[in-house]
Amino acid sequence: MSDQSFRISAGEALTAEKITEAGEKPSEAVATYAVRLGDDALILAQRLGWWIARAPELEEDVALGNIALDQLGHARSFLSYAALAWGKTEDDLAYFRDEPEFTNLQIVEQPNGDFAATIARQFIVSYYQFELYRRLVDSTNATLAAIAAKAVKEVDYHRDHATQWVLRLALGTEESRRRMIAGLGVMWPYVDEMFRDDDLVESLGDAAVLPSSLREDFDAVTGAVLAEAELEVPEGFVARGGGREGIHTEFFGPLIAEMQVLARAHPEATW
Amino acid sequence: MAASANMARNTEPETVEDPDGRARFDELIAADQRVEPTDWMPEAYRKTLVRQVSQHAHSEIIGMQPEGNWITRAPSLKRKAILMAKVQDEAGHGLYLYSAAQTLGTPRDKMTEDLISGKAKYSSIFNYPTPTWADMGSIGWLVDGAAICNQVPLCRASYGPYARAMVRICKEESFHQRQGFEILLHLSRGTKEQHAMAQESVNRWYAPALMMFGPPDADSPNSAQSMAWNIKRFSNDELRQRFVDMIVPQSEVLGLTLPDPDIKWNEERGHYDFGELDWDEFYEVLKGRGPANAIRLERRRTAHEEGAWVREAAAAYAERRRQQSEKAQAA
Ligand SMILES: [Fe+2]
Ligand SMILES: [Fe+2]
Repeated sequence: MSDQSFRISAGEALTAEKITEAGEKPSEAVATYAVRLGDDALILAQRLGWWIARAPELEEDVALGNIALDQLGHARSFLSYAALAWGKTEDDLAYFRDEPEFTNLQIVEQPNGDFAATIARQFIVSYYQFELYRRLVDSTNATLAAIAAKAVKEVDYHRDHATQWVLRLALGTEESRRRMIAGLGVMWPYVDEMFRDDDLVESLGDAAVLPSSLREDFDAVTGAVLAEAELEVPEGFVARGGGREGIHTEFFGPLIAEMQVLARAHPEATW
Repeated sequence: MAASANMARNTEPETVEDPDGRARFDELIAADQRVEPTDWMPEAYRKTLVRQVSQHAHSEIIGMQPEGNWITRAPSLKRKAILMAKVQDEAGHGLYLYSAAQTLGTPRDKMTEDLISGKAKYSSIFNYPTPTWADMGSIGWLVDGAAICNQVPLCRASYGPYARAMVRICKEESFHQRQGFEILLHLSRGTKEQHAMAQESVNRWYAPALMMFGPPDADSPNSAQSMAWNIKRFSNDELRQRFVDMIVPQSEVLGLTLPDPDIKWNEERGHYDFGELDWDEFYEVLKGRGPANAIRLERRRTAHEEGAWVREAAAAYAERRRQQSEKAQAA
């Protein structure tokens, strides 16, 4: 276990408030883009939060909790910023949108499965987010660049955490290797969708990052880890995707139903 | 260092009588100084501490569950982040305390074993369920609040590693209490339904929180020895009174009532009077017949058992790496 497992962060709780305070209204296109990245982080945090008090060892309760908190912090930043475009709040976006209005990638909504499946999902998403944020740091949109600058450091740690576990599980015991291969097999079909460009990102120019531009580096770095782990890059079935257009897998409905249940029971309330 | 030697040991140590060591131990206690892992200590002192510190660690770990229950449903993203951080802090507390207990020669695996087999105790308070969001407020305000009253004096406990762990933990617990208070304040001043949710929750948690200090002094057999050893500084009833004195004015700020008609300021004593607690209920929960005992233990057991293959993989991988680096060195 790396020492970093013990690092406890405050979840960047202040960042979102600062963005709201600054009140700099993004264009609708930038906001729509920010919602995508915010939804990825939010839904992943929602999935990871389930592991707290259920992880294989206490150190992993802390580590997965850290990663979930970081992701939630990034989500809050992106959503708080996006919400300004429509005179809304991060909570309006998180709790009062319906399923087709969420534009996260389908991989983040995939069920936790066993620990290996969770690690497989985390491995893929962390490398993707790292490549994305690394470039978004140079966005012509100052707020997106600032959020990315903070996020990239944290995602770098998520990447390291996932890599260590891919190696341990793949090269540990026969059972762990079997499960790691199965986990990657379940998650890999959703990789393709992460790298698809569309009109929105193309229209944003240097404010956004073209997903297709990340693919080469993603393949190279994940490929190197998989090779070290003596694993093949999974091939075959490619999921149809469509998360960016609000199309979700059947696992998504129950996930947001649970997330939104209390807030929706008291629509007038603040907490 | 003796501490690390202890940690590596697989069985608990046997204390050999050592007259010089005992004289030194008695001196340390008399001077109210710290006993360190390298010092000789009486077997009964060591056993008392192992029991107390490991029970405390178990409580932190089991205590993650009632609040973890609301992480996926927290009603705002800010509250979700605060709750996640809080539950994670509790895991951290468990880890510091297991480390402190390990310096007394008890391996962590044994403590884990004792917890999931149901042999070890943990604080009964975590055997109550958390059916509403307001329970996140009540736990923070009342349960973390009672924990602080109990734990602040432990920052001066005679055993060094325990006292130092408590200093670190107390800082975080006071954040937790403030956050719990804030949740309740928001609910109390919110909609009618939110206010009712807060009041109902405080009604449920009040008495169990008061029972966290343990039975009345007259029925608390181990307390005197612990006080003589400077592990315990105040009696159960003293701490309970301190807690009541703290929460009564706070409940007024919250605009919530406490479910005890006998609460009244006593000018003469300079304290709040309060009513008798139903100790039969306390002993029921203690004996494992609380509303959530079985659920809490089952959850911990399942997490541990389902994680076995992961821990085995990590151990096998570490061994593989060790062999590789040995080979590399030999070449
Ligand atoms: Fe704690
Ligand atoms: Fe706490």
